[in-house]
Amino acid sequence: MNAQYALLAPEITLAVVGLVIFSVGLLIPKGSRQGMVPLTVLGILVTMAVAGAQFFSNVNGSFLDGMYLADNYASFFKLLFLAAALLVVLSSTEYVQKLPAHRGEFYGLILFAALGMMVMAGSGDLITLYVGLELMTISFYVLVAYLSEDGKSGEAGLKYLILGAVSSAVLLYGVSFLYGLTGSTVITEIAAKLGSGMSPATILALLLVLAGFSFKISLIPFHMWAPDIYEGAPVPITAYLAVASKAAGFAALVRVMLVGLKAQALDGNVAVALAVLIGLTMIAGNLMAIPQKNFKRMMAYSSISQAGYIAVGLLAGTPDGVKGVLFYSMIYVFANMGAFTVATVVSTAQGSDEIKDFAGLARRSPLAAVVMTVSLLSMAGIPPLAGFVGKFYLFKALLDQGWVPLVFIAFVMSMVSVYYYLLVTRTMYMEEGADLPKIGVSGATKFTLLVTMLVTLFLGIYPSPLAKMATIAAASLFR
Amino acid sequence: MNFSLTVGLPHYLLVGAMLFCFGLYGVFSKKNAIAVLMSLELMLNAVNINLIAFNRFLWNNPVEGTKHLLLNGHVSAIFVIVVAAAEVAVGLALVISIYRSRLSANVDELDWLKW
Repeated sequence: MNAQYALLAPEITLAVVGLVIFSVGLLIPKGSRQGMVPLTVLGILVTMAVAGAQFFSNVNGSFLDGMYLADNYASFFKLLFLAAALLVVLSSTEYVQKLPAHRGEFYGLILFAALGMMVMAGSGDLITLYVGLELMTISFYVLVAYLSEDGKSGEAGLKYLILGAVSSAVLLYGVSFLYGLTGSTVITEIAAKLGSGMSPATILALLLVLAGFSFKISLIPFHMWAPDIYEGAPVPITAYLAVASKAAGFAALVRVMLVGLKAQALDGNVAVALAVLIGLTMIAGNLMAIPQKNFKRMMAYSSISQAGYIAVGLLAGTPDGVKGVLFYSMIYVFANMGAFTVATVVSTAQGSDEIKDFAGLARRSPLAAVVMTVSLLSMAGIPPLAGFVGKFYLFKALLDQGWVPLVFIAFVMSMVSVYYYLLVTRTMYMEEGADLPKIGVSGATKFTLLVTMLVTLFLGIYPSPLAKMATIAAASLFR
Repeated sequence: MNFSLTVGLPHYLLVGAMLFCFGLYGVFSKKNAIAVLMSLELMLNAVNINLIAFNRFLWNNPVEGTKHLLLNGHVSAIFVIVVAAAEVAVGLALVISIYRSRLSANVDELDWLKW
């Protein structure tokens, strides 16, 4: 058994950076601590370079007999998680200054959550996947409960922990049956042993695994946690939770379903059940977003409905569908981070994140208002923004598989979503907000806002570079 | 009549399924946060029983060319135990921090956010 440790270069780099950040936080006394943000940013950039080098030199290897995979699919998701972590760190610099204590660990935990996601995307073994998943979620439990003064934050943390642990247990119970059926936890071996068999035990295992993952990506009957946890968590962490942890859930779910359970996952009744879940998610997610008064709660329901759109690519189950999942997840990172960075700015200045707090933002901070508008319209799928292209890829892949009614629902519901996204825009542009303060954005925050907006615009007009990357990554999954 | 009883795979799976259901019921019905965390442990231990029983009764094969047995299930159970311990450590820390601010570890009183 020859172990090629070079394949693990991105994970090893990020783990080292994370440990360095933790030690700096512990060893250097408060007050004389400087350069945490540049150090974190540098660490993420180096890891991105390593992961990018693996992607562009087409590294497709497996470690320890297929237990861990470094293929283009995993590398694409690694780049996505690192981009999300980078934007979160940059957008939260001012927010972190207001934290009462433990500022150093904040960045370290963000890095370890990203490491957990990378392990999830690369794992070829269900137990490795579970360890990565828990590394990510345990880091998130702490991050969600980070505002120790604010009771809401602690409450959100405990709720997330209880529900997250239940969903992990359900997932693992399914994994234990898969092990019982096949004698292996390696995804490719499970596929080989199961063949095209469809026993009741297989269906039970499949449904348990699907339920466990549905919680992580918040499909509708398993979405109850999202609004509460999104509202209680610190704003940058809400953004991180919405984009990165959801993408990680999809990374693992798509691999398990389309590689490990490829004969069972999209067969007859199971596919219909999945289609019903997705349809419900899109309808209820969008409708429940409309009456929300709190921005973070609204974005929680919006992110539930976005999970429905992304899951469309999983249901299609073709390389085109997976390409749609990859493309949409990536642009969703930029659109969502743009919107949440604006929310962070407003919440830092005004200490609250109700939608009415955005009144008159167009006058008080024109850049923030423009970025928010672009991000929201991209999520609604208005051309020429990136969200339109992503939805086009996803819905087209599903249409090719003949799911016409579901495509119709998806199309109608994304029209509905324009309404509540535009409500925020209306508040920013049409309302006075006379007694609210002027907000200046500067430094890293301004950089984040500009980057997210430009990427969203650029990929809407010229999507082919990212589309090509997504095609390559999707092909490596079906190799 | 023959009263001899052989304990086989179905018995272990049954115990596992019962533990899992008790745990799930406990998570949603217990009031004290500590009891909820204990119920979570029951669910994870159900998984461990399954993994080990499957390994012992179905996949107790030697590795090709050696006399060593394949212990995938046993090793997986150890991973689950370790990760569950980490999870509960964070859970208890959160319960303590909530207890400090509200002087209660009652899950019903976690209603500052609308559920």
